[in-house]
Amino acid sequence: MTSILKNRLFWPAAILVVLLVINMFTSRQFVTVQDGHLFGTLIDILRNSAPLILVGLGMTLVISTGGIDLSVGSVMAISAAVACLLIQDLDDQNSVGPVLLIIGIAIVVSMLMGLWNGALVAIIGIQPIIATLILMVAGRGIAQLITDGQIINVQSGPYATIASGFFAALPVALLIAVAATVLILLLTRRTALGLLLESVGGSPTASRLAGIGARRITIMVYVVAGGLAGLAGLIYSANIKSADSISAGNLIELDAILAVVIGGTALVGGRFSIAGTVLGAVLIQTLAVTVVAVGIPSEANLLFKAVVVVALCLFQSPTLREKVFGRLTPRTARAEVPA
Amino acid sequence: MRRNYAAAVLGGLMLVSSLAGCGGGDSGSESGSDDKLVLGFSQVGAESGWRTANTKSIQESAKAAGIELKFSDAQGKQENQISAIRSFITQKVDVIAFSPVVVSGWDAVLKEAKDAGIPVILTDRAVDAQDTSLYESFIGSDFVEEGKKAGEWLAKEYEGKTEPVNIVELQGTTGSAPALDRQKGFADAIASNPNLKIVKSQTGDFKRADGKTVMETFLQSTPDIDVLYAHNDDMGLGAIEAIEAAGKKPGTDIKIITVDAVKDGMTALADGKINYIVECSPLLGPQLMELAKKVDAGETVEKRVLTKETTFTQEQAKTELPNRQY
Repeated sequence: MTSILKNRLFWPAAILVVLLVINMFTSRQFVTVQDGHLFGTLIDILRNSAPLILVGLGMTLVISTGGIDLSVGSVMAISAAVACLLIQDLDDQNSVGPVLLIIGIAIVVSMLMGLWNGALVAIIGIQPIIATLILMVAGRGIAQLITDGQIINVQSGPYATIASGFFAALPVALLIAVAATVLILLLTRRTALGLLLESVGGSPTASRLAGIGARRITIMVYVVAGGLAGLAGLIYSANIKSADSISAGNLIELDAILAVVIGGTALVGGRFSIAGTVLGAVLIQTLAVTVVAVGIPSEANLLFKAVVVVALCLFQSPTLREKVFGRLTPRTARAEVPA
Repeated sequence: MRRNYAAAVLGGLMLVSSLAGCGGGDSGSESGSDDKLVLGFSQVGAESGWRTANTKSIQESAKAAGIELKFSDAQGKQENQISAIRSFITQKVDVIAFSPVVVSGWDAVLKEAKDAGIPVILTDRAVDAQDTSLYESFIGSDFVEEGKKAGEWLAKEYEGKTEPVNIVELQGTTGSAPALDRQKGFADAIASNPNLKIVKSQTGDFKRADGKTVMETFLQSTPDIDVLYAHNDDMGLGAIEAIEAAGKKPGTDIKIITVDAVKDGMTALADGKINYIVECSPLLGPQLMELAKKVDAGETVEKRVLTKETTFTQEQAKTELPNRQY
């Protein structure tokens, strides 16, 4: 029992379950079948979590190397702007081939943005928070330049599908997020890559001396984070069939960092948890839906979210648990070294 | 390395001297163009299509009115706006106009402008300064009136009907003047009919994506929504996506009222997906230039000037749509 309580993911999972139960009562359709696919509050939550999961995954990898990427929101905006601008110019916006090609182009552009970040951090040696701050500020400007400060509308069926479509009764956006999660889990846990990431996060110098290409790995995680942010930006814009370069991904870097932290990844680098981040991202999205569903007034939204997050962090803190529950547990149990 | 350093210093010096040159040129031209009115304008930023149209209107009408416009973009930050106003004061412009980013914290810099003898005109958004002598006039939309027009249309639409009408509301950015006032005006206008009830009200932050996600949750948590009132077109457009995804017909199953009348909103109105739009016009440039000239000439002006605005039904939208610039 105590070992379950000590698991870092126990409390986020518990709070997520509580929130979902609340939503089961407030919503008329929690999960049902409509028009041949799943529909309801749970599906809305999972579908809308997709961009945050994708951004969170990239953020987890970056943070595991001891870095941070503040530019993800701006990269989302750029990717959405590039895609919508190109799709708008298509003769037939509903032809699948060109739209897929454009999606590919937008992701490559996003990866180049990541490459820029990685180069600043790993080759020039700028602090990650400063290096990515440059693109965070400049990137949104670039996106606005691309869209000329306007919201660009597209009427492309295939493009809308990546956010609102369904495949095998499941939302496509969710499937994309799951696929990315599985791919990254396999790469980091079934190959040596995860170990290398943790090693670089623990000590870049020691890793380099041990023969690990720390520089190459650092650049790679920023490129991956850029690509995932770009994909998230495409889903965000496909969801509203338009590129809104001012609000796309605005402040998402903070939600992503929060998801990573809730998931138990150390901000100083080293240890990381992919599953934890996904759980954190879904929790944050569920919280946003719950606020609306239970009818909390707009002025109290942020306060409500803050209370939940603070409570969660307090529960997760070993020091606080020791102080509160420490006296209740027998001495022998306390002597156990937590893994 | 040393040579690089020297080059950098040289470059820096050249930059500084060229800047100084600019400054000198400015003061020179000002004394030379005394007959031409100089207007310093500090814009909020370029956060929406509405704002871009607003900027364009001001720039174009300044040119047409023969006014020299010094334009500065605050990028949505109050500190940028304060420093822009300070620099207008040092440049000794004839009139300062600005759209305040937020409502509070302007007393000090407005006092500086007053002490320098430069009249100030507020556009589009108000400030909460205690001392109203700090600015000459406030030109912009009456957001309460906009909410009221929306509510009055709805009240008329359901006049004489007895069954209850469930209304959901998508508010603008929490605490912003347009959100507070559009909420108040609407609530006042529908208060006379007890059947009209706002069952859910939540912020969508004036954004399309938020409008969509909040509407999704409204649709799940509230049975029988009859009417949606969105504080701007963009949130309404997002909500339309959510309504369609839920298998309902926007404009028919759920009646939609929005505020702004930007091009995308008008298109949806003409397509029958929105039922009624209250205009909030960004084209206040000509009125602003007229006001600036009067203020500069020392004439007394109205403390509150309203922008010329109207409302649109679906039929009116069809005729108006081709002329929409923004």
